[in-house]
Amino acid sequence: MDFNDTPEEAAYRKQVRAWLDKNATRKADAKGMELPRDLDALIAESKAWQKKKADAGYACITWPKEWGGGGGTTIDNVIYSQEEANYLVPGGIFAIGLGMCIPTVMTWGPEEAKERFVRPAVRGEEIWCQLFSEPAGGSDVAGLRTRAEKDGDEWVINGQKVWTSGAHFCDYGILLTRTDPNVPKHKGLTMFWIDMKDPAVEVRPIKQMSGGSEFNEVFFTNLRVKDSQRLGKPGDGWKVALTTLMNERLAVGGSQGNADTDDLIELARDTTIAGEPAIRHGGVRERIADWYVQAQGLKFTRFRTLTALSKGETPGPESSISKIVAAKKMQDLGSFGMDLQDMGGVIRDRKLSPADGAYTEQWIGAAGYRIAGGTDEILRNIVAERVLGLPGEIRVDKDLPFNQAPKGK
Amino acid sequence: MNLDFSDDQKMLKEQVRKFLADKCPMSVTRRVLDGDEPYAKEVWKGLVDMGLTGTAIPEEFGGLGLGALELCVIAEELGRAAAPVPFSSSIYLAAEAIKLFGTQKQKETWLPKLASGEMIGTVAISEGTHAAHPRNIETAFSGGKVNGVKQPVADGGEAGVVVVAVNTGGSGEQAVSLAIVDTKAGGVSSEAVRTLDPSRENVTMTFKDAPAEILGDKQGEGWSQLSRILDGAAVLFAFEQVGGTEAALEMAREYALERYAFGRQIGSYQAIKHKLADIYVKKELAKSNAYFGAMMLNDEGAELPEAAAASRIAGSDAYVFAAQENVQTHGGIGYTWESDCQFHYRRAKLLALTIGAPIQWKEKLVSRLEAKNAA
Ligand SMILES: Cc1cc2nc3c(=O)[nH]c(=O)nc-3n(C[C@H](O)[C@H](O)[C@H](O)COP(=O)(O)OP(=O)(O)OC[C@H]3O[C@@H](n4cnc5c(N)ncnc54)[C@H](O)[C@@H]3O)c2cc1C
Ligand SMILES: Cc1cc2nc3c(=O)[nH]c(=O)nc-3n(C[C@H](O)[C@H](O)[C@H](O)COP(=O)(O)OP(=O)(O)OC[C@H]3O[C@@H](n4cnc5c(N)ncnc54)[C@H](O)[C@@H]3O)c2cc1C
Repeated sequence: MDFNDTPEEAAYRKQVRAWLDKNATRKADAKGMELPRDLDALIAESKAWQKKKADAGYACITWPKEWGGGGGTTIDNVIYSQEEANYLVPGGIFAIGLGMCIPTVMTWGPEEAKERFVRPAVRGEEIWCQLFSEPAGGSDVAGLRTRAEKDGDEWVINGQKVWTSGAHFCDYGILLTRTDPNVPKHKGLTMFWIDMKDPAVEVRPIKQMSGGSEFNEVFFTNLRVKDSQRLGKPGDGWKVALTTLMNERLAVGGSQGNADTDDLIELARDTTIAGEPAIRHGGVRERIADWYVQAQGLKFTRFRTLTALSKGETPGPESSISKIVAAKKMQDLGSFGMDLQDMGGVIRDRKLSPADGAYTEQWIGAAGYRIAGGTDEILRNIVAERVLGLPGEIRVDKDLPFNQAPKGK
Repeated sequence: MNLDFSDDQKMLKEQVRKFLADKCPMSVTRRVLDGDEPYAKEVWKGLVDMGLTGTAIPEEFGGLGLGALELCVIAEELGRAAAPVPFSSSIYLAAEAIKLFGTQKQKETWLPKLASGEMIGTVAISEGTHAAHPRNIETAFSGGKVNGVKQPVADGGEAGVVVVAVNTGGSGEQAVSLAIVDTKAGGVSSEAVRTLDPSRENVTMTFKDAPAEILGDKQGEGWSQLSRILDGAAVLFAFEQVGGTEAALEMAREYALERYAFGRQIGSYQAIKHKLADIYVKKELAKSNAYFGAMMLNDEGAELPEAAAASRIAGSDAYVFAAQENVQTHGGIGYTWESDCQFHYRRAKLLALTIGAPIQWKEKLVSRLEAKNAA
């Protein structure tokens, strides 16, 4: 058990660092610089950076070279991520595509789809979104209602998705549909890849509580897709979706841009409680300690998972704790950071607030993060039922044909 | 023993509730949040017409001469509606400050205007993103003039009169005085500051040789005066928080009944049931603390400092928790601009910060308990 690099790892790290130094700016030297706030500019910059990485073999490091990946190991990937975290570079807009959608295409797609899509996605030329959740169900995604009906060699799709992150700038998406309402809900689903620019696809941005619009409603009106766009067999959509969702659990957990205990220590030095430095206050110290322990716990849980992966083993269920902890910590730490600013904590202005306003933004954003990609409650159910083997709650709809299952409004 | 409001007070509460349900639905809060209005003028006018602004102001100064208990029931309803009006700044803070510590002349000058609602008042304490304290208040008063910057000041852009925490020299708590500034007398400018709850106006207020006089005419007592003013406001804010908690809980309950997942109402899952039960528990603790706070405030009881702090801590905890878990209960829809969940999410945190964050009040509470324990 050690964190030391092997000679090969050390060499790789050195090479990564040299490349990053040449191609990016260290955060430590980036005072005053920031990533573009304008979406188009951010996308352009993200694409340019992804292309550079792909050319150098640092995009999708663990994927085979023939797919545009780096042909490297899990540890190479860890090393690269650790190093890249020190530089001011755009990330994020490819996370859903490369973390979830493309792995699904690679696992279930026909050869021609892989040939066509994997490489451009790795190179950042095409961006993907995940079209699962619907108004009728996000947790209960298998209760979805978007219909796909076979018409000769094509499928005709009608319905609506919601909360689709990035749909407004994505090129392609993976779409889960109902192809047979006469069988129990998990059995009548089928997955497709679709072209988001098809005129039969309408994307309407949704304004979030935060004021931003990162997710969307997506409507399908007689969208025609070829049978060759199917991922997996008809009726196997749930199995295919599980590939995506398993990858989702590995993909989430990052908290870039959020304030953490280091920032809190700084803030507590600059503020007072009852006139004394907040950093000397027992209540503040205890919270900082608790959050530090949580952060370390998550980090090393991730290391355990990565260790297993790097040995070619299947990681244990421990990674399922990650978002339960991270999302609530993000909310509570944000809230507490606002509290330390006392009456001034209501201010929401990057120029006036400490840590560039991160506390307020993360407190608001966490309200969504606790829901996105599996709610706090669903994740706890997963731990209880899948990990601890407790019986599931009574499911009245599980074995009924979908069109006879009870539904709300 | 009687820890309840009187029938008249309950009637007043019902009346305010009906008015706000009718004239101040969430669409009004949304309108103010989305637009440029500093507050909902027609709602304010309605409250004024009902005489509510003068509730606790003595009759000789144009008020109704009722007590704190009446203000408490009004506060609970304002909180339930998340009403976008300057009632707390003008009444719980400015009017109470002048009523408690002003000279006869100051009361005669300002209270009738605040009672009649023709003028809005506020207090200005904070000087940025840190807690104000006798050692760090920089806004200064000397030679009858105030100089400095206060930020944020709730309802400052609309205020005709501001009670400002100022440094008047001297050591320790004696360094602080409260000054009354007439914003029409010159030297005062305000600029809107963006906050997490744009349905309530906040500004940065700059004083440049602004003519002022000391509240009560005696310097060096500002910090202890402020402490008493904030104790009273803490109880009233706690009633707003209880009202807000109840409204957020009701929203969550209604949604839990109508939303289905996995073929069942989400309210049939214990994760949701226990969540709502936890909100209820916090709400009742907050309410009971607030009731005791109300009694102490009304009677100017010896335990007001502890009761006020307890009200504030429990009220803040209940409302922030309820607002957060209301969003959570709603799932994705709860995180949208379109949903009304956001109003409670914003207002809960705003109320928890506006007259000082819970951690400061916890510190105050324990110091007060400690002092008592030693005595
Ligand atoms: C910021 C953000 C980004 C998102 N991005 C995407 C995206 O890119 N693609 C996509 O497909 N979706 C996306 N989503 C949707 C997300 O996956 C769903 O919102 C989430 O799964 C919850 O579903 P819901 O909104 O329908 O809430 P519901 O499922 O209706 O849940 C409502 C409440 O009921 C609880 N609940 C439901 N079932 C149970 C149960 N069995 N036991 C206990 N409690 C239960 C939930 O925990 C929640 O508190 C995003 C959501 C957000 C907030
Ligand atoms: C100190 C003490 C004094 C007591 N005195 C008396 C007494 O004087 N007279 C008397 O008759 N009994 C007495 N009891 C017994 C007490 O009432 C029972 O222990 C209690 O009701 C729980 O029942 P149980 O022990 O059968 O546990 P169970 O009911 O089997 O509960 C086990 C666990 O399952 C949980 N659980 C059960 N049902 C549900 C559900 N529907 N939803 C969620 N969780 C659930 C419980 O919360 C608990 O965590 C006493 C118990 C204690 C500990």
